[in-house]
Amino acid sequence: MSDTPRYSPLHAVHESLGASFTDFAGFMMPVRYDSDLAEHHAVRTAAGIFDISHMAEISITGPDAGAFLDYALAGKLSALNIGQAKYSLLLNEAGGIIDDLVIYRLGETHWLVVANAGNRFPAVEALNHRTTGFDVNVKDESDATALIAVQGPNALDILQHTVGLELSAEAHDRPENTLETLKYYWSLPAVFLGNPVLIGRTGYTGEDGFELYIDVQHAAALWNALMVAGESRGLVPTGLACRDTLRLEAGMPLYGHELNLTTAPVQAGLGKVVALSKEGDFVGRAAAEKGVAADAPVLVGLVGEGKRAARADYEVYSGENKVGVITSGALSPTLEYPIAMAFVDPSVSEIGNVIDVDIRGTRLPYTVTALPFYSRKKN
Amino acid sequence: MANPSHLKYTEEHEWLEINGDSATVGITAYAAEKLGDVVYVELPKVGSSINAGTVVGEIESTKSVGELYAPASGTVVEVNDAVVASPELVNEDPFGAGWLIKISITDMPALLEADAYTALTGE
Repeated sequence: MSDTPRYSPLHAVHESLGASFTDFAGFMMPVRYDSDLAEHHAVRTAAGIFDISHMAEISITGPDAGAFLDYALAGKLSALNIGQAKYSLLLNEAGGIIDDLVIYRLGETHWLVVANAGNRFPAVEALNHRTTGFDVNVKDESDATALIAVQGPNALDILQHTVGLELSAEAHDRPENTLETLKYYWSLPAVFLGNPVLIGRTGYTGEDGFELYIDVQHAAALWNALMVAGESRGLVPTGLACRDTLRLEAGMPLYGHELNLTTAPVQAGLGKVVALSKEGDFVGRAAAEKGVAADAPVLVGLVGEGKRAARADYEVYSGENKVGVITSGALSPTLEYPIAMAFVDPSVSEIGNVIDVDIRGTRLPYTVTALPFYSRKKN
Repeated sequence: MANPSHLKYTEEHEWLEINGDSATVGITAYAAEKLGDVVYVELPKVGSSINAGTVVGEIESTKSVGELYAPASGTVVEVNDAVVASPELVNEDPFGAGWLIKISITDMPALLEADAYTALTGE
């Protein structure tokens, strides 16, 4: 990571909105604008707009692009329909997780891989490394690409009322040709004032919402247009602090907390993301087929009482035995009780089991619970 | 938010309003802002004795845990029950309704004036 902080193409916009900033993977990104609790509740009840331009966009093109991705990643990406997206994993040979990512199929021979900001260079390097024997081109387009997420029950209404934003002519060839009927984890090509935008019905908050990819030059104008449309629809700018509590309530893993190089997908409940049934070899297949030790820690959800939250790295006990460690935790703003994720010994992982978390010297009981902690009510 | 000039400050971001041998203690607006939305406050019990520089309480936000350091040695004579019930007062009014404890002082270390504290935080 460079010592000089990097800035989002929307940095000036955030400054004008009074954001507080934090270093995230080398980027100075908004942590909150005013109140992270208010921002959290806005996403659950109306809508929030996030700048996630620090994330990495890697374009995969060429006649072998689909076959290459099937080899390089854990999922069967060649099976995606054009417009469809999928959550997948970039594994190493030992089956550890280099990154978790979202992949969109944009054309017959064109996929877009979206990686975490902190894993941009390892992901690009691993993908480049795996191109041998494939007629494929891996292009890191992160510096040229801005990414804006609009999340919350009013997100659709806001996008539909954003002046200058419309689906592209190409989108009308698709069965899912309106934003309204666009399914979760599908995308549509659009334009904003004539400039290409990719709109995915994807996100990281547990709410309905969209993620919009646009070139960096036009990002501020798009942000501002979305804000104008959102003004009467409860849209507020939202920072990384509420993004973390939202994703935790939704039980979504965060790289560096729930996922890392030494954790196998199956331990984190992501066994199904690894497509062992797909034909041919892929990086990490042998390790995934071998499996993990019977006593390998597994990821669980934990729910506590009162207001004191378990935090990352706190130890988990069953009686006097240390049985695990917290990976993420917070007092849930929506549920108003403490929630956490932890890697624990499988012997204590049964739902309903009560274990203790050492919260700065005091052991408090937490109950193992199914993930996610929060699910939005669907119509 | 400007740091009020009639208060004294510590490098751990506490403020004291000194009145003879006693003081009201809170955390500064700078500290509250850095923590984010405060959702839980744990304060020492009335009557407990505290030593300057030691941790005597916790201030938790959604994101992290801040520690309350005793800014002076002495005895806790009052705690702010309103802030325990409504931790958001720490954010809303850190130098006023968000005060945390009152102490009777037996020993007072060197404290910072408002301008020195402002210089320390660079704000």
